[in-house]
This record gives sequence, C-alpha cells and structure tokens, in this order.
Amino acid sequence: MTVTALGAAVRRKEDHRFITGKGQYTDDINRPGQAQAYFLRSPHAHATIKGIDLSRAKGMPGVVAIYTGDDVAADKVGGLICGWMIHSKDGTPMRAGPHPILAQGKVRYVGDHVAVVIAETLSQAKDAAEAIVVDYGVLPANADTSKAQGAPEVHSEAPNNTVYDWHIGDKAATEAAFKAAKHVTTLEIVNNRLVPNAMEPRAAVGEYDAGNDALTLYTTSQNPHVARLVLSAFIGIAPEHKLRVIAPDVGGGFGSKIFIYAEETVCVWAARKCGRPVKWTADRTEEFLCVAHGRDHVTHAELATDAEGKITGLRVKTIANMGAYLSTFASSVPTYLYATLLSGQYAIPNIYAEVDAVYTNTAPVDAYRGAGRPEATFVVERLVEAAAREIGMDPAAFRRRNFVTKFPHQTPVIMMYDCGDYKASLVKAMEMADVKGFGKRRREAAKRGKLRGLGYSTYIEACGIAPSQAVGSLGAGVGLWESAEVRVNPVGTVEVLTGSHSHGQGHETTFAQLVSSRLGISIDNVSIVHGDTDKVQFGMGTYGSRSGAVGMSAISKALDKIEAKAKKVASHVLEAAEADIDFKDGKFTVKGTDKSVDFGTVALNAYIAHKFNPQELEPGLKEGSFYDPTNFTFPAGCHICEIEVDQETGVATIAKWTAVDDFGNVINPMIVEGQVHGGIAQGVGQALLEGAIYNKDGQLVTASFMDYTMPRADDLPSFDVGMTVTPCPSNPLGIKGCGEAGAIAAPAAVINALTDALGTEEVPMPATPQALWTVIQKQSRAAIAAE
Amino acid sequence: MYPFKYQKAATVRGAVSLLGKAEDPKLLAGGHTLIPTMKQRLASPKTLIDLSGAGLSGIEQKGRNIVIGAMTTHAEVAASPVVQQAIPALARLAAHIGDPHVRHRGTIGGSVANNDPAADYPAALMALGATVHTSKRKIPAEEFFAGMFATALDEDEVITKIAFPVPGKAAYVKFPNPASRYAIVGVFVAKKGSQVKVAVTGAGSGGVFRHTAMEEALAKRFNPKSLEGVATPAADLNGDIHASADYRAHLVGVIAKRAVAAAMA
Ligand SMILES: Cc1cc2nc3c(=O)[nH]c(=O)nc-3n(C[C@H](O)[C@H](O)[C@H](O)COP(=O)(O)OP(=O)(O)OC[C@H]3O[C@@H](n4cnc5c(N)ncnc54)[C@H](O)[C@@H]3O)c2cc1C
Repeated sequence: MTVTALGAAVRRKEDHRFITGKGQYTDDINRPGQAQAYFLRSPHAHATIKGIDLSRAKGMPGVVAIYTGDDVAADKVGGLICGWMIHSKDGTPMRAGPHPILAQGKVRYVGDHVAVVIAETLSQAKDAAEAIVVDYGVLPANADTSKAQGAPEVHSEAPNNTVYDWHIGDKAATEAAFKAAKHVTTLEIVNNRLVPNAMEPRAAVGEYDAGNDALTLYTTSQNPHVARLVLSAFIGIAPEHKLRVIAPDVGGGFGSKIFIYAEETVCVWAARKCGRPVKWTADRTEEFLCVAHGRDHVTHAELATDAEGKITGLRVKTIANMGAYLSTFASSVPTYLYATLLSGQYAIPNIYAEVDAVYTNTAPVDAYRGAGRPEATFVVERLVEAAAREIGMDPAAFRRRNFVTKFPHQTPVIMMYDCGDYKASLVKAMEMADVKGFGKRRREAAKRGKLRGLGYSTYIEACGIAPSQAVGSLGAGVGLWESAEVRVNPVGTVEVLTGSHSHGQGHETTFAQLVSSRLGISIDNVSIVHGDTDKVQFGMGTYGSRSGAVGMSAISKALDKIEAKAKKVASHVLEAAEADIDFKDGKFTVKGTDKSVDFGTVALNAYIAHKFNPQELEPGLKEGSFYDPTNFTFPAGCHICEIEVDQETGVATIAKWTAVDDFGNVINPMIVEGQVHGGIAQGVGQALLEGAIYNKDGQLVTASFMDYTMPRADDLPSFDVGMTVTPCPSNPLGIKGCGEAGAIAAPAAVINALTDALGTEEVPMPATPQALWTVIQKQSRAAIAAE
Repeated sequence: MYPFKYQKAATVRGAVSLLGKAEDPKLLAGGHTLIPTMKQRLASPKTLIDLSGAGLSGIEQKGRNIVIGAMTTHAEVAASPVVQQAIPALARLAAHIGDPHVRHRGTIGGSVANNDPAADYPAALMALGATVHTSKRKIPAEEFFAGMFATALDEDEVITKIAFPVPGKAAYVKFPNPASRYAIVGVFVAKKGSQVKVAVTGAGSGGVFRHTAMEEALAKRFNPKSLEGVATPAADLNGDIHASADYRAHLVGVIAKRAVAAAMA
C-alpha cells in the first residue's frame, strides 16, 4: 500500500475531474420543472422607488411569477445580516441600515435588486423584465470613500453615512511617542477597490419539496452551513432541519462566496412561493456590479522613529468604504482583521488606529483574499520603506533593527505572535534575489532607458481563524472552530466529512494525505466529503487560510480517536493487552513480537464485532471532533520585487520576484506553491492593474473585462519561491496557512519597488502606465522648475 | 439575445440579394463583435446572413498587391507565408489582435467593416494605401473610414477583399489597453519609394487618421529622430480611464518613433 506522506508534492486528486470538464458546479445542476430567475436591477446609484408597474410584464409569455420588495415584506422575509458587531468609540453599536433581499422604497447602488422575474426561460424572463416600468425619483449619489461623510445620506439609520467610528490602541501613549520622536514619516494611502472575479460567477438553484415541506438550496458558497444558519435563524426561510444547503464544486471564491447574498435567498424563498425550482446564474456584468468588492480604504498613516532607527510609534486614520449595505462580515474587515495587524513583523511599542466605516452608493465591500491584512501590510510596509529612506537607512537593515525576535510577542493591538523567524526569511530572500547585484542591474537598466527599483515586503498575517472565545469577545456572531468526522468503512477505506469547503484549494488531496500518513492507507482509499449540510453535520467553511490550521486539526483530532479505538479492536484480534499494541505504517503490532494485523483487517473486525464483547466495546469505527484553535496562526515572510519602468510610456515590468514564506509545516509543497503564485498574481493585479472605478454619478465604469484589468500570464514574471519553517505551536499539525500570503505581501513589494525606481513616495495604486507617466511628468516639471 | 433568423449565403451575390430582401439584416463574419452586442441586447438584427460559405477567405499575391479575402481570419493572416514575406508588419499586426480565440474567429472584413476606433487593421489599411473591394466597387482606404464605427459602405454592400500594395519598409507598433488589449495607440508606418505614410489608430476621436506632420518630417529623413518636436495636438484625441487625451498625444510620438525604428531594423 503506498502511503502519501505529509510534505509530499503529489498531484491533486480532484484535477482530473476539473480539467476533463466533469466537475459539477451549481450551474450544471438542473432540477425537474425548473424555472429561470432574472433580476431587474437599478440603473441608478441612488433613487427612491415611487412605483413599480408590473401589469404588462406579468402577461408576457412564459412568466411564472414576478416579485418585488412588497412581496418580501408581506411574507415577512428578513433582511440580510452583518454578523460581526462593532462598537464605536463612545460604546454605541454600529449603525446599520436594513438590507432587504429586494429593494423596499429605495435603491442604493447600481445593480441593487428591484424585482425578480421567474419565467420558463431566461430570455422570457429578460423580456418580461424589460416590460416592467419603475418610476424612480433619482437622488444625488456618492461613490467616493473620502467624501462619504457629508455626502447624501444612504441610510437614515447611519447619520453622516458613518456606520461606526472605531479605534484600537493607546491614544495617549502613541501621541507621546510621536511628540518624542526623532523623525516622523507620513503617507497618504489609497488602497484601491477590487472586484474578486472568481472564474465561476455566483449561481443558485432553490427547490421546494412540498411532500416534506423542505427546501434545498444549491449555491456557490464557501461555507454552506453558515449560509443555512443565516437563512434559517435570521432571514427566516425555513428551520434548519427543513433546509439543506449544498455547495457542490465551486470555481474560486477568494472570499466573495463567504457571504449570504440576495439572489440565492430569493431563489430559495421564491421556489416555495411559486412552486417551481428556481435557478439563477450571474452573468459577468452582474458579478461586476453586485458581488461583494474588496479593499477600498483611504488612510492617513504615520510612523515615529527614534535616533537609533527604532520604531517608537505608529498611528493611522482610515476611512473604509462599506458600500451601500453591510455585507455578511464587512464590519470586521477594516477593524479586527486590519488594525490588529498594524504591528507587522516589528516590535512597535505604541500603536493607535482609528477607523471610520462609511456608506456609499456602491456595491457592498467585504472580505477579499487577505481581508484587512493586505490593507494593514500595505500601510506598515509602505511606512517602513519610506521611513528607512527618509532617515537614510537601508530598508532591509531598518527592518532587521525593528523585527520581533522573541516569542511569544504581545503586540499593542491584541495579537500575540506565537512563533516566527523574520530575519531568516529576509536573509534567505535577499540571497535568492541577489540583492547584492541589484546596483549593477540598475545601472544596466539605466543604459536601456529604464528606471529599475527594488522593493521589500516583510509581511505578517493572522490566519487559522480563530479561537471562538476570543472572536466572540470582539463581536463575532459565530464561533470559528471546525468539525470533522472520520468514517472508516468495513473494508478499511475512509470517508472524511469536513466542515471546510474546497473551491480550488485542493482539500481532496491534502486532507487525504493526512489520513494516508496517519492510517497507512493509500490516498486513493480516502474520500473527502464536504459542501452538503445533509452529509456534514456542521462546519464553519473555508476562508482566512483556516482549512489547514483549523479544519485539518479537527481531522487530526478525529484520527487520534480512530487510532485509539482501532488499537482496542486490534488488541482483541491479536489477543494482546491494549497497552502492548503499537500502530505504525498501517500495521498494529504486539510489542516485541512479529504478530501484526493491518488496518483493513482491524476495520473489518470493528464492524463484524466477533472478537470483542460489544457490551464493553461498541462496534464500528467512526469518530468526530470539533476543534477550536488556541490562537491565530501567524504566517510571515519576505517578498522582494524588482521592477523596471519605461520612462517614455510609464509601463512597469516586473523583472524579478522572490518570495520566501514561513507557513509552518507544509502538507503539499506543490499546492502551497500554487497558492503563493495565485496570491502574488492577485497582489500584482492590485498593485499594477486592477481597480474598480465608479464615476461621480455612481456608475461602475469598470463593469467588464474590457475596462477592468485582470492580471494575465504575460503581466507576471516567473516567481522564485522559497520557504523557511517555524512549526506553529498553536495547532497539532504545526500549520500556519498559505492561502492569502501572496495577495497580502505583493502590493507593498511592487509599490516599494516603484517608489525606489522613481525616487518619490507618491505612487498610486494601481500603478497603471498612465499613473506612472503622470508621476514622471510631474517630476520632470518639478526638475525644470528647480533649474 | 433576441430571436433572429439565420441564413447562410453561398455566394457574394446571394448575400447581397438577402441583404435587399431580408427583414432588418446584418452580415455575420467571425461574430466576435456582433454576437457579444446581441447577447447584451444592444443590437437586435432580425436576420443574420452568414458569410462563411460565400468563398471569401484566402490570401494571394497579385502583382504588387497582397489580396486578402474578407472572411480571412486574423490567425490565417498571421500565419500566411505570403504575408510574412511581403508585408511582415501586417502579419505581426494580425498576430497581436486579441487572443487565440479571437484570432481564429475574427476576420479582416469584419474588423474593417466595424471600424472600431481602437482596432488595429484600419491603421494598416491607411498607411499601406489599401483598397477595399466590395460587391459593387473599389474604395480607397482614405475614403472608406468615415469616423468612429462608420464607413463608406452602403447598407446592401459586402466587403469581398482588401488589396494591400507591398511597401518598401513598414512596421506597426501597438500600445495596448491594459484591460482589453485593443490599441490605446497603434501606429503603422509605411515607406514606399519616397512616400511615407503614418496612420494612427486608437487615439483619434474620429477613428484612424493619417499623421501628416509626421509624414512630412519622415519624408525628409526616415529616422526616429526626425519625429522629435513633431507635435500631436491632444484636442482631437480620445480620453478615457486608461489614457487621457494628453497621455495619448504623448504616446503617439513615442510609439511612432518606435515604429520607425522597427521599420528600419
Ligand atoms: C476579446 C476580444 C478582443 C479583441 N481584441 C482586438 C484587438 O486587439 N484588436 C482588434 O483590432 N480587434 C480586436 N477584436 C475584434 C476582432 O478582432 C474582430 O475583428 C471583430 O470582432 C470583427 O470581426 P468579426 O469577423 O468578428 O466580425 P463580426 O462581429 O461578425 O461583424 C462585425 C460587423 O461587421 C459587419 N461585417 C462583417 N463582415 C462584413 C463584410 N464582409 N462586409 C460588410 N460588413 C461586414 C457585420 O455585419 C458587423 O456589423 C477583439 C474582439 C474580442 C471579442
């Protein structure tokens, strides 16, 4: 039997299914009698709905039903919720406006859901939607984060469009640190808004079983159990035992499929109401308009240093755009997922952060790959790089002077770093990147008319989300443990039921590797079951790089129990005392003898139950576990970007990329590298290419790939990826998590390289050719003026 | 998409007669512009007349011209030994349109008929002094392009082929839109004997245009240096989120120099 060890770079088991087109995505699911839903969406960013005339539309061919906000209200269907309570400085709870699944009286962004048309075909639904007459009273709108406070009111519940004004850290101590500082570095930072753009757009099929009065929702979700909980307990669709949520193969999420959306809720509600299965698949434009966007911060950031180049304080004021409604976890992203990471890899004695969350007439903003941590890393790493340059220190040396070196380390902003070796990853990355040879490469580039720069990003993130009591005390509405159930079949094959959800991460392989290495069976004899609330009892899903650290830890705990019970069974089969049984490489052996029995035989004996007294030892071999982590995990590392700017055109080309990450123990290095590559691609996308742009009327200008620049292979260099390992002490497997690192590290590395190349700190994101050309023009005008 | 009738023409005459008879017709070539606009319900022709069976694809050298059938795909032009040998700049232009899907469906006739202000081919037609052959006449490129998405074509007229005179030296350099990869600025430079033509696509608010100031400078001396100080007024140029009119004006100068350098190489 071939065992696949932890640390083996085996190919992904699931890929054959995906690359041969045999995956089963939500849009592949069709139910008998199914009708198609189409959403009539607001063309205005802000308007009252004075009336909706459905009379002509209702008579159109193929129309099954048309529902509006009035029907939702009449059925007493609850609104969408935000599951994390944040309190303002004065202790008052955040001020959230209602978030109905179909607009009631008012629309608040372009794409807001006005009505749903359900028809025999999608074309008929669209035709009928065109026949709906909506009488809008257009209101002035605002999409601009920095202008939100004072702009037309989006929700009457949130005066001044402010959801909360929150803070963290010691204000007085930080002010004192700044007063005493030798040097203060100040940056104005805009963290650009991004559209997640998973390859698979969102989709849903709702179905009602009148015989059992039960509902099923197939949906593109990263966490089907959380979706069921919210739909059931808060929105009131059906009690949990009457609602099954299935998230089958899901083609990428990046956070955007964590949230509970209006469309899927409408599908499952309408299925019962109209008595037909109801299907909806977003087209790409709908995804651009209505999927939860990411980032969108405006920040004033300052760093205080003393005469020795030690950081003495960090202070930020951030305005975070929430969009027009609070999405499921929106409130936590710019607070506990952001400001708690502002210490970076550094021992900073004083930190104070203020965050205002604001409503605007834009799509809701929520967690997107990294969620708060990319924004924090960008602030810290831009400040550190700029400070080093201002005080005339080498940026690497400045970092080393300020690194945390003793663990555990308590930061002033909640987090307790458990382990790490920041110097090791920096040194290794500098060697791999040949930082020594950079001067020569820069001079050579200058001869070709190119400005070459080098930038670091020594990032940290908090993953393995999260200890339930800790997040509960910070306002989370849920616990963040994970569950696992290991079912051993009589023939010795294994099914693992997990509350984690794979939508590209490769769980079917890595989770099977854990089982294989522990039980000594082939990974082909292990199947990973996930994504169905009728199969898996409960789970919290996949996001925040938690599936390894938390999800696999739960499996590991369940495997401990399997092993313990199997030993008992083996002791009866081998007729030896339990204490004398060893389990290794899939074999139970009586210590000091050659008497042994393999795992499969023990499994069979557990089920036939002939060799032991079932009154003393229960038959069967199935164990479960709920694992709650003891701490966050803290992946960290160093990325180095070398970039060249064409002075004539402003085009930036990444010449070299080095990444050295510490993810703790690694299960499958090939999959980890893939995660790093994808993360860097998204981070480079944010830094150089991507940006959601709304015009002053609140129209999304970048609503298609013709205008929204997704990173492509030829935008990226070949990545040089290395690792250092400090095993994580906070979970049984020593795993930290790798899913978001690239996206967290990359933007600062790129912009630090560009600011180095151009010799100015004023480089905006995304640093498009036009943006860089504008910077270069400004510099040459300033140079001429100076002469 | 709204419902429509599909008809396939077996000949150019057949296509023309269908254009005259059918209700609200539109010719279908590669469909790479037409079909997406129909899907978005921005266009709603009642009849589509497919040209794929009308015998309009193929590339041949006829005397001092390269003649390309209207239904020839970008991939065919890019891979054609005839084009590569006679007008390598044209083959390279075709090789950088869109992505492989687009190049294997999109056609030269469709591109030219559509006259997207950011399309690549119009610059080649203008700089090379090409002639557009239609079902009823021959139209010089100069007269064919009539502003953004507008051409000299009549409603019942079908492009059959395009004839490109072989230049002495030529090059096309494109500064792509980072998102769509259409041209933000594309400059085609062609030199034939003492005559130099410089055509700019992507930048002009009226679509492709000849840059006569550059042509005069280059006619004196065909060298990138000749373009130094030759202005491109921003007033007539497009501006969008990717490139303001000023940036485009600047890029026209930079890209033109690179095109001249490439033509000399
Ligand atoms: C993703 C994408 C990227 C692209 N990138 C580029 C790019 O970088 N550069 C570029 O230049 N182009 C680009 N294109 C455009 C593409 O290359 C085609 O040239 C364009 O779509 C039109 O050609 P078609 O054959 O598809 O024409 P169709 O879409 O079939 O037709 C276009 C129009 O021309 C008319 N028409 C077609 N043939 C004739 C004819 N023989 N006589 C008269 N009228 C006719 C049609 O009625 C229609 O109005 C891109 C397209 C896509 C979808």
